[in-house]
Amino acid sequence: MDRRSFVRGVAGGMALAGGQLLLPRSLLAAGLPSGALESEELYALAGKQPLIKRSFRPPNFETPVAHFSDVITPNDRFFVRWHLASIPQLDPREWRLSIGGDAATQPFDLTLEQLKRDFEQVELVAVCQCSGNRRGLSDPHVFGVQWAYGAMGNARWKGVRLKDVLAKAGVSKDAVEVEFNGADSGALEATPDFVKSIPAWKAMDENTLIAWEMNGEPLPHWNGAPARIVVPGWTATYWMKQVVSIRAIVKPAAGFWMAKAYRVPKGKFSTVDRFTSQETAENTPITEIVVNSLITNVSDGQRVKAGAPLVVKGIAWDAGFGIRSVDVSVDGGRSWQSAELGADPGRFSFRPWQYVFKPSPGRHVVSARATNGLGASQTDQFIFNPAGYNNNVLQRIGVEAA
Amino acid sequence: MKATQALLASAALLACTGALADETRIRMADAPETPTLIANCSGCHSLDYIQMNSRFVKRAGWEAEVKKMVSVMGAPVSEADAAKLVDYLTREYGVAE
Repeated sequence: MDRRSFVRGVAGGMALAGGQLLLPRSLLAAGLPSGALESEELYALAGKQPLIKRSFRPPNFETPVAHFSDVITPNDRFFVRWHLASIPQLDPREWRLSIGGDAATQPFDLTLEQLKRDFEQVELVAVCQCSGNRRGLSDPHVFGVQWAYGAMGNARWKGVRLKDVLAKAGVSKDAVEVEFNGADSGALEATPDFVKSIPAWKAMDENTLIAWEMNGEPLPHWNGAPARIVVPGWTATYWMKQVVSIRAIVKPAAGFWMAKAYRVPKGKFSTVDRFTSQETAENTPITEIVVNSLITNVSDGQRVKAGAPLVVKGIAWDAGFGIRSVDVSVDGGRSWQSAELGADPGRFSFRPWQYVFKPSPGRHVVSARATNGLGASQTDQFIFNPAGYNNNVLQRIGVEAA
Repeated sequence: MKATQALLASAALLACTGALADETRIRMADAPETPTLIANCSGCHSLDYIQMNSRFVKRAGWEAEVKKMVSVMGAPVSEADAAKLVDYLTREYGVAE
């Protein structure tokens, strides 16, 4: 049974697992909405390998889970997410980056050549994960791009520190936020431009970059060429693609994409980083990536050989506090054993892990649970929020051993 | 980036060609309101946005979504057309009360 027909079975209320067992829907993680399953397809954008199409325009495409078997996500498999339909093809020789804002005393423009030449170049590995990754699994379902597991990727980013560029612009102590704008726009003049800001302290973090390269190659067009912002540890909404303007500002940014979108209810999530200049009585902007894991080599309904070693592989990641441990359960969460952690490419990166067991004949429900350096872990149940963010619900993958 | 929008419009069309060409494969539920849907919605986004967001909301959910497209995203949809769109989306891409 392939994944699609399995998940459709779930959506219909009952699931046929391994061709043997009928399980009530409540025992399984919620699947994607039926319409999302019907409209998805594998499709290759120009310069990309086939990805799972969620929408054509704006283009929203996710990486199939199997491609996370590599800790570094290849550029041509890296997910694509845009909010607005007009995405210009920018010529890197003509591209200009404007640095300014009312908290910058010496505004200036940069060419790509100047960006590379005038500041120290740095590299780091970091997870770029859409705030709405796994939204499609929300229970109950919520509006938005109905992502499954693949609205994320891990890459080695090369660029310069944003703080070095801001220093040259003479940013004053009055700066509250630093605001980014990209070259994209909506089809209508009336559509709010996609403009995002981060707190001034986050902009001054030594890990926050203006990057032009990922995995040793220029950024792909669909991932923000010629340059984008990289905010390690924070969700991808702040990683402005095709960045053309950076402004240090003395008042909080007030556009739609900051004031109304990308927010979570206050008090529901135990995140560390706060974005106080944007907080209201009810909600706050999403900030860091919640600790999470993904099983990459075993799929629901898979048949395996009883008594033979089964190697369960996966990745774990968080906002940069570091993965302390990954535990695996093969009995639906009743007992947990430590997985073996693999090489650590850096605290903002995916961390590989594996766990080996010999399944006895019958059905085994496999889950992985990552814990980070702060002791934070994943949740059993989705913490409901209207936009479907911060989904780190434990996977429950049924395998049938015979 | 609105200042550059006019200058970049032709380049943007080129960049989008790959995606645009394949949108023609999207087939929406055929009904008297389908031409109204295409006329009001497909200027800004492909209609698979609607398909993937089905079927899990009742009428109030689609009403809120149409309202958001008009009041937040600036879609110039007449009140008469908005009413037709809500009827169509509820019937074809929603769930019963």
